[in-house]
Amino acid sequence: MSTERSDASGLLERHLAFVEALRGAGLSVSLAEDIDSLAALGAVRWGNRAMVRDAFAATMVKKQAQRTTFDALFDVYFPAMVGNGAGAEEGDEAGDGPVRDNASALVDFRDRLAEALEASQVDEAELRRMAAEMVGVFGAMPGRGPGLSSWSAYTALQRVAPQELVDRLVAGLMGEGADEEDARRRANRRIGSFTAMVEDDARRRIAEEKGPDHVAEVAVRPSIDKLAFMAARRGDLEEMRKEIFPLARRLATRLAKEQHSRHARTAPLDFRRTVRASIATGGVPITTHHRPKRPHRTDLVVLCDVSGSVANFAQFTLLFVFALREVFQSMRAFTFIDHVHEVTGHFRPGADPVDVLTDLAAATSHAALWGRTNYGRAFTKFEENHLDALTSKTTLLILGDARSNYSDLHEDALRRLTGSVKRTFWLNPEHERNWGTGDSAAPAYGEIVRMIECRNLNQLSEFVHDLAW
Amino acid sequence: MTWFDAPADAATRLATAGYLADAATATTTYLAGALEKPLLLEGPAGVGKTELAKAVSRATGAELVRLQCYEGLDEARALYEWNYKKQLLRIQAANAGDSGVDWDATHDDIFSEEFLLTRPLLTAIRREEPTVLLIDEVDKTDIEVEGLLLEVLSDFQVTIPELGTVAATRRPFVVLTSNASRELSEAVKRRCLYLHIDYPDAERERQILQQQVPGLDDRIAEQLVTTVGRLRELELKKAPSIAESVDWARTLIALEIRDLDAKAITDTLGAVLKHQSDHERAVKELKLARS
Repeated sequence: MSTERSDASGLLERHLAFVEALRGAGLSVSLAEDIDSLAALGAVRWGNRAMVRDAFAATMVKKQAQRTTFDALFDVYFPAMVGNGAGAEEGDEAGDGPVRDNASALVDFRDRLAEALEASQVDEAELRRMAAEMVGVFGAMPGRGPGLSSWSAYTALQRVAPQELVDRLVAGLMGEGADEEDARRRANRRIGSFTAMVEDDARRRIAEEKGPDHVAEVAVRPSIDKLAFMAARRGDLEEMRKEIFPLARRLATRLAKEQHSRHARTAPLDFRRTVRASIATGGVPITTHHRPKRPHRTDLVVLCDVSGSVANFAQFTLLFVFALREVFQSMRAFTFIDHVHEVTGHFRPGADPVDVLTDLAAATSHAALWGRTNYGRAFTKFEENHLDALTSKTTLLILGDARSNYSDLHEDALRRLTGSVKRTFWLNPEHERNWGTGDSAAPAYGEIVRMIECRNLNQLSEFVHDLAW
Repeated sequence: MTWFDAPADAATRLATAGYLADAATATTTYLAGALEKPLLLEGPAGVGKTELAKAVSRATGAELVRLQCYEGLDEARALYEWNYKKQLLRIQAANAGDSGVDWDATHDDIFSEEFLLTRPLLTAIRREEPTVLLIDEVDKTDIEVEGLLLEVLSDFQVTIPELGTVAATRRPFVVLTSNASRELSEAVKRRCLYLHIDYPDAERERQILQQQVPGLDDRIAEQLVTTVGRLRELELKKAPSIAESVDWARTLIALEIRDLDAKAITDTLGAVLKHQSDHERAVKELKLARS
């Protein structure tokens, strides 16, 4: 425990810096919670790092989505060890000084890593120690002077390449009686968590060298609901997809509730029920009853760019809209690249989201005749073939980055489309500052349609909330 | 009264009460008692949030007062209510006697203890004995109700205009549970300790199963936990919770199934998965033969 070594005043400063960093990362830690966290710390003491982490988490994190950020920052400000760790020196079999980075060391390390990962019960502490060793030996980037040296998880992972151990691990696990698919899954999961450990360790070392504030600023990824669609990695995408349905459900309940409570204030009085209920209170109408109101519903037409540049974004918004079917009376969805293709049929109620996405991906090929995004052509084609989808009650939703490969924009077609519907929105997954750069036609289209920046799950849910009103 | 002496003490006593808590749960439960702050539990349905509150009450011998939240819950159901009917009777009785009973006396009379109907929150505050107050599924309420929770959660008191402020003589151990179907207000969250309870790891789930379902042998418990873990990794509409794996274990015992092979899984999948599309997904992913 490095924390025990510091003196008391240093601890308070570190705690305050930690709280600052949490706030910087978007957690709203109030003064009251800050004080609570210290009270909690008083109750558990510094003895056990896991316990300190739990106590801090209980008082300062109030949303599960923020937990990853919290954990990363906690590791940076209250590292589990310093340098190579207390036990590392005596554990080196080389005997004299730290292990040098060379080919034989690499082979030797990979063997030991494979062994550790193959064990039927994974020893977490041992793996963490190995991650530290790996970054220390293979991820060191010597600098020109003191304080300039650094560590790179990327280099370490490139050199050791734990992913290549998968087959060996699978064979090992199958030797214990697991079937192949199961073994492969477990092997991948173990290697994934080891990779995360290596990344943590590199962060920890950089923090040691350059101060935690530096790392907190540059290296901690935003929580999943604030992560930009365009910047998401594979693992993030899966996590986001798992978020979509709960998110849609949350939003639907919230909508229903808000409509309900707004309704209670504005709905006409149900006189008979109110009078009948007042009998219980001697004819005094203590509680009033109101007539139910027809829920307000929207016809939705989604026109979605599915070209490579926005593929991630398109997946999410389509899936999200699909999850929100309940809120909308009817929904039709079209995808396009340069040609328009209807995909409404894939959104069967009760369908499995994984299947829907696979089907959608397969259907995407119909949307491209020439293979390059062409908004102008897509709008004209839509007008030619699917104008019947638009009525005066329709809300038209266009999803895309408005990057049209310098082709004819056909603003007139879009203007006619928007003219025939109730309202139109355009969701753009790019940061607003990039609109209009390069081949982006965002300003031109933005004059016709209200264009809204929608880069992450948060913004998406906010938008749908406003939309459903 | 101190609720628990230390996190380890919380873990052992909860275990004796039939709740196997992991380290984070034990620490946070201990803290909620030590700091006398309400504990907000979030997590998927069926992972044992409500159960934790019950276990705390069993472990400490405190009585459980439960407020089940629902849409449309109001002050009258959560805090207190005046017994209008009885008040009316009293007024009429006073009038019938006629004579010189003046209004002021009646007025004071009808807003006394006798006519007060205490609801869970007030009951918990007023109890002299140790109490665990469970506010269940707090995310189901309307936002307005959170407002009236605030006074209870931060100061452990309730203000009744006619009677004055009732403060707790002994602070209850408050547990709020939520499935996060809507975001609770910052104000409520600020007053609470927060704990996210997730699906347990394989080892703990096996222990829970063996504790809850007597007669479950090791091998089948192992198989069951692995399969459930596998199911949770799929993209399902409703991932199986602990409650469902316990149900499944009971089903297997009732059917006297000794080995959880592909056929046994297909036959009993209904105990764990409650959506048709989830069934199809599971059959496809686990490569089960279609029944």
